[in-house]
Amino acid sequence: MSEPEQPKHRASDFNTSTFPTWCPGCGDFGIWAALKNALVELGREPHDTVVVYGIGCSGNMANNVNTYAFHGLHGRPVPVAEGIKMANHGLTVIVIAGDGDGYGEGLGHFLHAVRGNADITYIVHNNQVYGLTTGQTSPTSDKGYKSKSTPHGVIEEPINPISLALGASGTFVARGYAGDIKHLTSLIVQGVQHKGFSLIDVFQPCVTFNKINTHLWFQKMTVKLEEMGHDPSNREAAIQQAFRRDQLPIGLYYKEDRPAYHEQLSQIAETPLVEHPLEPLTFDELQKEFM
Amino acid sequence: MKTTFTWKIGGEAGFGIKVSCMMFVRLCVRMGLHIFDYSEYPSLIRGGHNTYQVTVSPDEVFAELHEVDYLVALNEETVRLHLGELTKGASIIYDPDVVHLDAAEFQQKEISLIGVPLKKIVKEVGGPDIMRNMVAIGATIALLCAELTEFEELIAEQFAKKGETIIGQNVDVVRRGYAYVQEKHKRECTHVLTKQEVKSKRMALTVNDAISLGAVAAGCKFYAAYPMTPASSVLETLARWDTKAGIVVKHAEDEISVINMALGASFAGVRSMIGTSGGGFSLMVETLGLAGITETPLVVLNSQRPGPATGLPTWSGQGDLRFVMHAAQDDFPRIVLAPGDVDEAFALTRDAFRLAEKYHVPVIILSDKFLSESQKSTEPFDLGDENIARESMLTQEQIGALTEKYKRYALTESGVSPRTIPGMPGGVHLANSDEHDEYGFTDETSEMRTAQHAKRMKKLEAIAKEIPAQKMYGPESADLTLIAWGSTKGTVREAMRILERENIHINFLHLSHLFPFPVDQVKRVMQNAKRTLLLEGNAAAQLGGLIQQFTLTVPDETFLKYDGRPFFPREVVAKVKEIMSS
Ligand SMILES: Cc1ncc(C[n+]2csc(CCOP(=O)(O)OP(=O)(O)O)c2C)c(N)n1
Ligand code: SF4
Repeated sequence: MSEPEQPKHRASDFNTSTFPTWCPGCGDFGIWAALKNALVELGREPHDTVVVYGIGCSGNMANNVNTYAFHGLHGRPVPVAEGIKMANHGLTVIVIAGDGDGYGEGLGHFLHAVRGNADITYIVHNNQVYGLTTGQTSPTSDKGYKSKSTPHGVIEEPINPISLALGASGTFVARGYAGDIKHLTSLIVQGVQHKGFSLIDVFQPCVTFNKINTHLWFQKMTVKLEEMGHDPSNREAAIQQAFRRDQLPIGLYYKEDRPAYHEQLSQIAETPLVEHPLEPLTFDELQKEFM
Repeated sequence: MKTTFTWKIGGEAGFGIKVSCMMFVRLCVRMGLHIFDYSEYPSLIRGGHNTYQVTVSPDEVFAELHEVDYLVALNEETVRLHLGELTKGASIIYDPDVVHLDAAEFQQKEISLIGVPLKKIVKEVGGPDIMRNMVAIGATIALLCAELTEFEELIAEQFAKKGETIIGQNVDVVRRGYAYVQEKHKRECTHVLTKQEVKSKRMALTVNDAISLGAVAAGCKFYAAYPMTPASSVLETLARWDTKAGIVVKHAEDEISVINMALGASFAGVRSMIGTSGGGFSLMVETLGLAGITETPLVVLNSQRPGPATGLPTWSGQGDLRFVMHAAQDDFPRIVLAPGDVDEAFALTRDAFRLAEKYHVPVIILSDKFLSESQKSTEPFDLGDENIARESMLTQEQIGALTEKYKRYALTESGVSPRTIPGMPGGVHLANSDEHDEYGFTDETSEMRTAQHAKRMKKLEAIAKEIPAQKMYGPESADLTLIAWGSTKGTVREAMRILERENIHINFLHLSHLFPFPVDQVKRVMQNAKRTLLLEGNAAAQLGGLIQQFTLTVPDETFLKYDGRPFFPREVVAKVKEIMSS
């Protein structure tokens, strides 16, 4: 979809009557701003967009974005979004999740949605800690990270969402940083425009519980793929970037065009499922099978 | 000469028993006869003992009779295991080259041995081993003094896709089996298979088939599932019909995804259903509550099998009633339905979609392996000519006429707050898993929590008024009143038939609506009955507990069975006699 000349809305049109309850300085504010900016830039209306939220500080954004919204369960927003998209592929469907949400409880759903190329944009607030439950370790916490639930340090290696999405035949794999709203906005715009599953993992400082992966740390560690001349059509190069530890690349790792899940369902090739009449297309013919 | 008989075939898994039996059933139904079939098989692909049986009669059959008149024994084990089920005068059809039986022993028991060289005949035609079943069916048709033409037509039709050679071979072996019996086992017919005049063609279908048809008829557009016996055939049937019926069918990665996808589709305005058995239902539980608090319609099929955990995957039981009634934390309104036969399954599935949409609640349909996999003959279902009405949903005009911002969870008198669906301007809202205010925004105040929770629970009052009178069978007054739910209906009705022939008259209350519980009617029946007998397929008398809770009465007698097998009519007859003579 091309950008409208005069934006129909301002970002504040996507505010609700309630203001977020996040800690001052929380990275979630940046993601919130970028999401609203992206909706403006995309020319979306509150009624043609659905955002599905998981449970966490991240999911609490459900109260603060003026679109159709479904605040589901911890770890389960992705299948809800897939169901919405199959029911009405005319809608823009976006998921907001936390890293515990998305890579802990919901890891399986994430990978299956990636391989199905469901046309949804998956924004994961990656703060490497559990915010809402007050600071336990998360699947993306670095090895050795000490928290209330891992006082001796995490034993496992962290989940690498970028490489997982690439390994599951992901068609749009990106990473942003909550402190760079403009850059993140652009990634969300591209992700929504992409026909298929778009992962946007977002470094999101939790100022209250994560004293290591702070704004300062991310400002020092992140580098932009665009500025490095990275070619997003090169999967091998994307995988190499995904495993870097010296620096943390942000931007578009990989993009490929492949039909989205709903585009491969002939039943809804012409009209979205929700617009089909309720009366069965055929009934007697089906009954005859039993005669 | 009798016209009602039971035919059974047994052998190892992988003997291709099912396909050929389905053809025998189809033959009987096409001839205007009624049937009820039943199969037993272990959770194995090869080996293990499999049986399939069908009761055939000119009159409606409510459940399979466990007294066998014709036994096709593909191995010796079949004879050994089912000898006790044979009636006086029964016939065993077997291959003397494979199964060795002592003629004297059977003569004493008044059982005829019908040796037919099944294997040899198949070899003569050059067909595969599984064609032995077809030879046996040919032999059966000869014993039943019927002609072959009908069956040959059926073979040509059913194997049309497989080509002339396969059709030819099958017809050939059936003819040879038939001729062999006519020649070598010439005798008086004990039972006959004769064509009956019928008004319209009948169907033979399982409750899962009826539920699939009911879903299509109700405007279900989205079905998600993860395969699990005995619910899988709904997934497979609807998937086969997807383009024809315009329905999207999704085999998702797990049951948690299944229910969340369906909830998403329903939130987006599409009538949605999911199907599973107890294990999969267990995984869905948290999301069932999400349907409750977000007030999203959903139809859930739980076809029970004995548990807990993997339990007996291919067997039957009624152990999930309490589970589905209470599944998920805290209270929220839900509806639990338990059809007793294919006609009820069709009607209740249609109604489940209406109720789910009208009240924005999950509706759970309970079946079990016995119902889900047993075919029964019935008349074709009638759709009527009324269009399906959308309920409890605002139209775009109604939204336009709102004088204030739309409230998804408006505190209404009935507890139902009309919904909007994504895409509708002016209807934007948050469907919230957190407790919320009228708009859907998170709200943890004591006042709003109490108001919203009470609003949701209030819906149960209106739903309770929609529960129809539960079916009562038999005379108004009887010395014994039997009470049962769901799948035991047909067995009890069949047992009542046997009892009536012996001049024993009981009556029977069958519950197809378990929650909201039909309190007044059950109370009345319990109070007026001279003596009550509760019959259930679980160990804890789960319905018995409900009766006690809601009516403060206790059934006089209970008959519980939880061995993985359904109740058989004879068992019910014996129990009734035992009680009535004590
Ligand atoms: C099934 C289930 N388990 C546990 C919880 C408790 N819980 C709520 S949020 C959360 C983790 C939050 O961490 P994350 O997903 O990273 O989101 P954040 O709060 O950091 O944004 C947990 C464990 C829950 N709500 N549901
Ligand atoms: S706890 Fe962390 S993630 Fe949650 S609001 Fe505060 S800063 Fe943000």
